[in-house]
This record gives sequence, structure tokens and C-alpha cells, in this order.
Amino acid sequence: MILIISVSPTFLFAQTGNEILIRNATVLTAAKGTLENTDILIQKGKIAKIGKNLKAGANAQTIDATGKFITPGIVDAHSHTMMDAVNEFSFSVTSMTRIRDVLNPSDISIYRALAGGVTAANLLHGSANSIGGQNSTVKFKWGKPVEDFLIADAPPGIKFAMGENVKRANSQGIPGQTVRYPRTRMGVVEVMRDAFIRARDYKKSWDDFRAKKIKIEPRKDLELEPLVEILEGKRLVHAHGYRSDEHLNLLLLADEFGFRVATLQHGLEAYKIAPEIAKRGTGVSIFADYWGYKLEAYDAIPYNAAILWKNGVVVSINSDSDERMRRLNLDAAKVMKYGGVPEEEALKMITLNPAKQLGIDKRTGSIEQGKDADLVIWNAHPFSSFARVETTMIEGETYFDRAKDMANRTALEKERQELEKLEANKAPGSGGTPPKIPSEKRIADKDEADKTDGGNW
Amino acid sequence: MKEKVKSKKVKLLSLISFLFLASTFSVMAQSDGSQQNLTGKAGTFAIVGARIVTVSGAVIENGTIVIQDGKITAVGANAAVPSGAERIDGKGLSVFPGMIDAGTNMGLAEIEGGATATVDVAETGAMNPNAKASKGINPHTSHINVTRVNGVTTVLSMPSGGVISGQSAVINLNGSTQNDMMMIPEFGLVINFPRISTFGGFNQATFTPISVDFNEAVKRRDTQLDELKKIFKDAENYARAKEAYAKDKNLPYMANDLKMEAMIPYARGEKPIIFTAERERDIRGVVKFVEDTKVKGIIIGGQEAWKAADGLKKNNIAVIYTNMFSLPVQDDDAYDYLLESPAKLQQAGVKFAISTGDNGANVRDLPYQAGLAGAFGLPKDEALKSVTLYAAQILGVADKLGSIEVGKMANIVVADGDILEPRTNIKYLFIGGRLLPLTSRHTELYERFKDRK
Repeated sequence: MILIISVSPTFLFAQTGNEILIRNATVLTAAKGTLENTDILIQKGKIAKIGKNLKAGANAQTIDATGKFITPGIVDAHSHTMMDAVNEFSFSVTSMTRIRDVLNPSDISIYRALAGGVTAANLLHGSANSIGGQNSTVKFKWGKPVEDFLIADAPPGIKFAMGENVKRANSQGIPGQTVRYPRTRMGVVEVMRDAFIRARDYKKSWDDFRAKKIKIEPRKDLELEPLVEILEGKRLVHAHGYRSDEHLNLLLLADEFGFRVATLQHGLEAYKIAPEIAKRGTGVSIFADYWGYKLEAYDAIPYNAAILWKNGVVVSINSDSDERMRRLNLDAAKVMKYGGVPEEEALKMITLNPAKQLGIDKRTGSIEQGKDADLVIWNAHPFSSFARVETTMIEGETYFDRAKDMANRTALEKERQELEKLEANKAPGSGGTPPKIPSEKRIADKDEADKTDGGNW
Repeated sequence: MKEKVKSKKVKLLSLISFLFLASTFSVMAQSDGSQQNLTGKAGTFAIVGARIVTVSGAVIENGTIVIQDGKITAVGANAAVPSGAERIDGKGLSVFPGMIDAGTNMGLAEIEGGATATVDVAETGAMNPNAKASKGINPHTSHINVTRVNGVTTVLSMPSGGVISGQSAVINLNGSTQNDMMMIPEFGLVINFPRISTFGGFNQATFTPISVDFNEAVKRRDTQLDELKKIFKDAENYARAKEAYAKDKNLPYMANDLKMEAMIPYARGEKPIIFTAERERDIRGVVKFVEDTKVKGIIIGGQEAWKAADGLKKNNIAVIYTNMFSLPVQDDDAYDYLLESPAKLQQAGVKFAISTGDNGANVRDLPYQAGLAGAFGLPKDEALKSVTLYAAQILGVADKLGSIEVGKMANIVVADGDILEPRTNIKYLFIGGRLLPLTSRHTELYERFKDRK
């Protein structure tokens, strides 16, 4: 840890930042209720004090938040933002692939997410694979190099998936697409079982080698290494699925191999098996009320969160979309309406609960002394349709500020006009070279992605 | 004792047969959808002591509203309650006109992904003026109840696809048949206004988009536009030939043509045409088309409509804005580029409505989309109007819907707060004066599983 501090100048920059005092806000802590007319003192990127009439040093920056509301930064437990690739389609088990290898820190969606109050996200591999790639847990430190985005002490995780996308239901008979096992829900479970049996045997060969029972060092297997970590409880499983029967099948498989599934992702039918989920301490990360976009989402109900919450399940509301990500506050508000989840519990579903599911709740997810100063300042109660983010900060550093954004617009527009005059950017109508598709960027909105990427959901 | 045993047995038997019948009924109900779209209770109702948000006039803080024979018969602080009326205590509640979403595919697609048999949104071919949403709407879609229990009582249901997609329908979200639901069965002709697109489809084998050369894309747009103009011209010629023949049977007989027949009221500017257009260039293209062909135009989509406000106002072209939940197209667009559009349209004096543009399942988000426009510059009362009165005006039903006024159809929502807020609960719902149960596929599944141990 000391080594990291000494070699990372940006880390130093963030941590040795100024003292900040945010004054007189309504603070929704997502842990200890709502505090009126309250100050938050930030020191070295951490929440140093929460209370009334706090004092700061002479050089402290002061933000008057009278009439404003402050929440913890929103944590999105299911996102594909800033990823240049989502699915490694070739095999059904692609546990060797890593999302950290395809991160693009200049994706504009990051900034737009910050403008919606999101500070951290679980960047997941797609759902085309029974066992997909290794996820990255990041904070949206827009403008920083990619390594600064990664939350160093977040536990590693991996994507699992079940159902329609895994059995490649929508790519059958397409020319150029080879048929890939499995093709049914029966096969999906067997692929997973086979992988864990191989992982268990692989682990045994290493255990035997370490115990000097065998002399030759086993060959390192990049596919099975992460699965061994799952068996050892060191890697979190985030499992995409819709139907309750297949999520139950996974829970039973996990029982068989003795590991805990960290989260069921989507889990739009999780309400049907809430007691079974609760018993195993598995979290569920869902849409608040988005439904009906495909057959698998037809039994989704907006009361899902309420039923799971009443059963004691840790529930988070996610976006799985660069667009929806910007309005998770409204999705959390809906949970109050459908089934009567209390306000703070609803707020937790986009802050503390996803942080718990990702194992980063010691540093973020609520407004408590000692946690990272990942905060959002709103012009109104965040559960109002009329609410807007004013400022988003991560570890005390401001990454989005509406006033600054608006002040910059004139200069940016001027710059855009200057650039458009350049020879290379001339419009085809005035003799310029015809452009190709404006951007070959992956379409991150899942509506498109499901059709084109063949299974992001 | 014997008697008791017997009666117990009978009870058990009747319970078993009841359960059997109930389960049979519920299975049947699911398969034919009869549990959806329950038509509610007719009668005379008086909501007393409520906050009445009339939309067209001032808010009545403590008023009464009377519903009789499907209509609003009295509204006011001191409106008399007719004898025999069912009284609803409005204390702490607010009354709103039912919301209207002016741009959906309601009833035309149950499940878009993976259940193509339920999808009737886009007919094949480029020119389908005779395709009618009113003939494709499933009155028992689960989307109807899910939508209306959130306060949306009327929608425009539109076909899409091709260049001329077909005719849309204005429907109320209540009725046993599609005909019961119709407000205007053939309202507006939907035209995907030709635009320059370099997108040439998607290669499923390589998972990459197919790119079309820009100059080719321009040519393709121009060809489509020429074809579109031609069909309008043809329709006009067709109509004149038929009229001439009606007057003088010695003239050559004009064979009937379904497509031409369908085009006539639109080509002659008697009924509106709904043009999908987003970018400034295409909005201006629609304005020019409307001017050239002298048709009645409405824009749907409208991302950059505010940039062509003058042309829109000059030609009375309203905008149905469907981009509150869309990402800006260009990376260097401001983050709130599409969130500010309604405010800019309102400031420029363009008639507009906010719509989800959704296929049906998520139309219930309409109030929050309007609210979000309120967060980005649109005054709150305008946000409400954009999903009530303005939408009614654009859809030509403002004499019947969109506000709480005596004589209007009783599409009424009673809620415990601001209807645009996500935490607000709907308490009572009327469509056409019928008090509807607040049930849906979602409440049914909730009831079935909420107490499972």
C-alpha cells in the first residue's frame, strides 16, 4: 500500500487535497437517517466530520449547500460503461478474460453518469457465456488515467449468466455463427458443473504440489484460476439471469460446490424465490420497474425490490445502460411506491447496498465518518422528478459541477466551430471527404446491445 | 355430529371445486387475457374535498368534482353532490386529468424481444398508408392495465417501419374490445421522414455495423423523398380522377386503390401527418415538405426541433417530444442537451407534448419524463400540460380530454400527491366515467408471491 502511494502522483493529488466544508445541507446519509441543516467536513478525501456548525481551517474551501440535498455517490452494480468490448463469444466459459483490459477512460458516458450522481460502478462482462469474464469495480474519476479508476481494494469478481443469452437463442441459424454448446438450460448448468469439477481437480493438483505429494509443478490454467478463487471464497460471483428456476439452479450448484453467489443480476423473478435467496445471503441487483422488453422479462414486477427487502435480501437497483444510469435516483424512488419500502432503504438500494454487494462498503456507499467523500449535491430531494445534480465529488474532488459545465459551454461551442472549419472536418457538401459512420463506438444502451452484441442484458 | 361431518365434507368438496374452478379460471384468464383491461364500474361519483388540478384553469384547493354518465358534470369549490352519487372522500388527495402519451405503440407489441408472434408494429414494404393501428391493437395486452394504474389514461398508438408506416389511433386505456377503446381510430398518418443514414444494417456474423458510403446515403434519402412526394401527387390525381368520374360517367373509370384511398385525407391536408424527425436538418426538411405539399404536420421525436422553431410556428407544426430518456447523439453535446429541449420549445412558443415513445410496457414512465423536463428549465405547470392538455390539443381531442372541465369525458386520476412525482400513489382511476380497479399483471403476481415463505 505504501508503495502505491509513493509511486502514484494522482493518488497523492486526490488524497492531499484541501479541506472542504459543505455547509447547511439536508444530508441523506443512507445509514443513519436524514440530517437537517447539517455540515460535512472533508479532509484528505475522507468524510472527517458530520454535524452542525462545524469549523474548518483557514484555507478550507466552503460550499454553501443551504436548501440543497446531499446523498452518497450512487453505486451502479451493473454497467458496461467505458468498455470497448463486452462479450467474448467464442467459448461458453471465458473466465480468463478481464474487463480491465478493455476500459476506455475517455468514454463520454462516464461524464454523463457523474452528471446523474453516479460515482462508482461494477463493470461486467456480457451475458453470452455461462461463465464470463472478470469484472472491474471502478470509481468514475473522469480525466484521470485508467488505473486510477480501479478500486484497488475491491474484491475481485466474475460474471456468470444463465438463460436466453447463454444458450445463444438469438444467434441460431445466422450464417457465419458456429453452433456452440450449450443450447438449453439443461446444458448451461452442466457447463458450470463441469467447470467447477475441473477447477476442484486443478486446485487439488496444486494443493498436492504444495504439500509436496507431487514433484512437478502443475501448468497454470488461466481459465480455472478464477474458479479456484471462487471455491476459496476470494472472488465474487455476479450471475445474470431472469427466470427464478434457473437462478435457483445456480444457488443449488453453489451449495454443491460450497460457495456463495454474491449477486443475482437482473433477477427480475427473484421475488418468486426470495426465501431461498435470503437463506444463502445472496444479494440481488435489479431494475426498479423496467420490464417486458423480452420474454424473459415478462414476469418482472416493480414490487420485486419490496418483496426481497422484506425477506432480508440486500437489494440494489442497477442501470445496465449508459442512459438509465443517469436517473437511478428516480428508479430508487419508485421502490417506495411499489410495496412501501421506506425512504432510507430505497436510497440504500442505489448506494450502500450495491457497495455491500461489491465489497466496497467500508469506503463508500453512505455518508459516515471515515468513509471516502463520494458525495452528490442535489437541488431538490433526489427522489423528486424535478431533482437535478449540482455537484458530484469522489474522494473530495469535484468531477461534475453543473455551474462549471454551463460556464464552459460558450468556449466549447467556439472550439467546435473552429474545428469544423479545419480541412479534415469539412462537410462533404462543401467538398470534404465523406465520413464513415460517425463513431464505431459500441452501442452501450442495452436496447441496441441485445440485438447487436447478442446479449449484454 | 353426523350432520356436522357431512357439512364439513360438503364444505371441503365445494372448497376443492372452487379452488379447481378458480385455478382453471386463472389459467384461462391468463391465456386469453380477460383479467386484463377490466372495464370497471359505471355510475355517478362525487369526489369531495379534494385539491383539483384542472390544468386549464386555476387549482381548486378544496373542491368537489361530479362524474355522471361518463362525463364531468360539475367542478368547483361548492359543486352540489347529486343524490345517490357514490361519495369519495378527497381529503388529502389531488385530482388530475388522466395523462396522455401522444407517441406509443400500445397494443401493437406485447413482447418485442423473442416473441415475434406478438409484434404487429411494422408492416412490410415502404409505403403502407392503409395499415391501421386500430386493426392491430390487442385490447387485452397486459400493458394497458400496467399503464393506466400509473395515471396514463389515453395514448396515441402508432405503427412504425418503412417510409409511410400507416395510420395511428387515439385510444382510451379501457374497453372490452378495441372498438370500445377508440377515440379516433384513424388519427394521423405516420411517416418516417427520409433522412441521411450511413447505417446499412448489422452483420450478425461479424458483429459489426455495415456502413454505407455517405454520398450513397444522401442519394438514398433523396430517392426516398422523391418517392414520397410522388405518392402525395398520385393521391391527389387519384382523388381528382375519382371525383371527375363521379360527375361524368363517360370519363374513364378509375380502379379502386386501397393505398391511394387511404392517402386522400392526408394529401389534402384534412388530417394530420406525424413525421418522425430528430436532427435540425430533418426538422427543416419536414417544414419544407409541409409548406410544399400544404399538408398538416406534426413532428415526433424532435431532438433539435427548437432550432427550427420559426418554421414550425409559421406552419402550425406541433412537436411530440420523445427524447427525455435518450442519450445525446454526439459526444460533445452537452450532457443535458436532450433534457432541455422541452424548455426550449416552450420558450420559443412551439406547441409540444412530452411522450415516452415507448412500445407500451414502459409508457407508465410518462409522468417522470415530464417531471425531468421540469428539472431542466420547463415550468412545473407546463410539464403537467405537456402530458395532459397539450397532448390532447395535438391529438385533436382537447374538446373531450386533457383538463378537468364540465362536459369533458371523465378521465380522472386521484392521487395522494403531485402526479409527476415517482413517490405519489394513485388512489382512484376513472376512464370514461368508469371507476377502474387498480390491478394489473404486476399486482396479480405481487399478490401471488408476496407472502411466500
